[in-house]
Amino acid sequence: MAKTIRDIYGETLVKYGTTDERIVVLDADVSNSTKSAIFAKAVPERFFNLGIAEANMAGIGAGLAAGGKIPFINTFAVFLTSLGLLAARTYGSYSNWNMKYVGAYGGLSNGFDGPTHHSIEDLAVFRTLPNFQVFVASDARQTAWLVKNAIDHHGPMYIRLTRNAIPDIYDDNATFKTGKGNIVRQGDDVTIIACGLMVKPALDAAETLATQGVSAQVVDMFCIKPLDKELILDCAKKTKLVVTVEEHSIIGGLGGAVAEVMATGGSGVPQVFIGLNDTHAETGTLNALFEKYGLTADDIVAKTLKGLGK
Amino acid sequence: MSTISQKRIDELVEICAQMRIDLIKQLHKIQTGHPGGSLSVCEILALLYLEIAKVDPKNPKLPERDRILLTKGHAAPMLYLALARAGFFPQEEFSTLRQINSRLQGHPDAKTTPGVEAPSGPMGLGLSAAVGMALALKLDKNPARVYAVMGDGELNEGTVWEACMSIAKFGIDNLTPIVDFNGVQLDGLTNEIMPMLDLGAKFSAFGFEVINCDGHNIADLYKAISTANSFGKPSVILAKTIKGKGVSFMEGKNAWHGAPIDDANFAIAMKELEGNANG
Ligand SMILES: Cc1ncc(C[n+]2csc(CCOP(=O)(O)OP(=O)(O)O)c2C)c(N)n1
Ligand SMILES: [Mg+2]
Repeated sequence: MAKTIRDIYGETLVKYGTTDERIVVLDADVSNSTKSAIFAKAVPERFFNLGIAEANMAGIGAGLAAGGKIPFINTFAVFLTSLGLLAARTYGSYSNWNMKYVGAYGGLSNGFDGPTHHSIEDLAVFRTLPNFQVFVASDARQTAWLVKNAIDHHGPMYIRLTRNAIPDIYDDNATFKTGKGNIVRQGDDVTIIACGLMVKPALDAAETLATQGVSAQVVDMFCIKPLDKELILDCAKKTKLVVTVEEHSIIGGLGGAVAEVMATGGSGVPQVFIGLNDTHAETGTLNALFEKYGLTADDIVAKTLKGLGK
Repeated sequence: MSTISQKRIDELVEICAQMRIDLIKQLHKIQTGHPGGSLSVCEILALLYLEIAKVDPKNPKLPERDRILLTKGHAAPMLYLALARAGFFPQEEFSTLRQINSRLQGHPDAKTTPGVEAPSGPMGLGLSAAVGMALALKLDKNPARVYAVMGDGELNEGTVWEACMSIAKFGIDNLTPIVDFNGVQLDGLTNEIMPMLDLGAKFSAFGFEVINCDGHNIADLYKAISTANSFGKPSVILAKTIKGKGVSFMEGKNAWHGAPIDDANFAIAMKELEGNANG
């Protein structure tokens, strides 16, 4: 079985954190879930478990950043946007302190625990904070890059991870750059912009669309902020329709960010928003939730065809 | 102070033994859910729903009802078993736990599940909501009580202590916080993850009467709750429990906080629990 994204994350922290003494890792009693425990085992002296006290953890992370450290602040995504928000806003955003918020269990990936543990607003929340950069991990190789990039780039950052493995989108030759989306499939009729777990269903949808005579281009928009405006407007110019797909509320996340660019860039191209339609989901397996809440490849196909008037 | 008969105690012991069996069967079947904290809170929930609290399953929103909040929401499976036994919904419905379209969500949901007073899951928030409910009852001159069943790891959250300060400030005596004091949280023992030191002294310093009891002993727990209810000032119950109680390999182990139960472990657990129920 392929490695989970959180295992890749924990292992990459160890890879760089063993020798780079600026790196400190914090968790709030969920280190076995976030896999920061892998770092805790390897580098116990630079790991801090604050117990079930996320606001305190975020504040301590801020202080560590002020002291020249690079704090990786870990818990479930939903608790970073809620309990971690005041420190993110005050120290990370306002003061540009070098805090790295890493949200485990992004989107619906903690399906069984239900809406109290889903994270469907994290991209929207962190995107509104000045100075914050926002990323969504779309596969294993990219996750490793995200960790390295977080170390190399000074400034507050939110990285959304997911619970399980994701099918590989990239091979070893892939390159990633902050502020640049990656075209993972070329096409002429429609552009599907996705992130995280939704990139694979977007690619599958493009495959199906091809059999129906629709040429779909797929973009992995793993960097939600700063957003690749140029690429979005190029896509809008080239194709007749833009479809955004995210494991997130359709309000304020990837779809919202893309719409802002299309509107201000005068693209004049319609957009279809796929995501949670201003609703919480419920308890269930991830697949059952994707089916019920319209996030499967089939849903992308159907909504794309509808958007194209077919 | 109210009392409980030996006969009723024996019945509740029997009921708890059965609830543990029902719990483990279902968590094994669905391969998800939290066994450890469900097993440790069994007697507390059974006693509240089936004996002490005034609740009316036919009329879950009765204004005079006592409000029970399970703030450690991950023990939802045991909560649902207690609610089913109290008659809020058919026991068969427990088989839908954690499945799509079920009323029994992974964590308590006040919208969908009869008898659930407030959603929970995010730790540390529930006691504040309980304080608000207790204040509302006072404003309405409603004699009902509020019970907040909390985890000891949950006490790491600063908001819990903010709530405690408000309880003291407003002299809230119609709310009984009950701590499921099992000494274990998710990543390890509470003493390792975030030492709470002398918990009783902390609560005392915050203005509470502190009542210690054995959280698995029906008689002792009953006495503690009725004492707290009749104090007429802020009080808290520290109910000493064992996380994973009743399944020897789960007892005291953080690894069984939320781990799926495989077939081999299920067989061992059932043998122990059924032996216990018959013996
Ligand atoms: C705010 C918040 N942070 C983290 C979690 C994840 N979590 C769920 S249960 C738990 C441990 C709970 O320990 P404790 O309160 O002692 O409960 P018990 O031992 O009774 O299971 C954690 C960290 C959560 N649900 N909410
Ligand atoms: Mg505990």
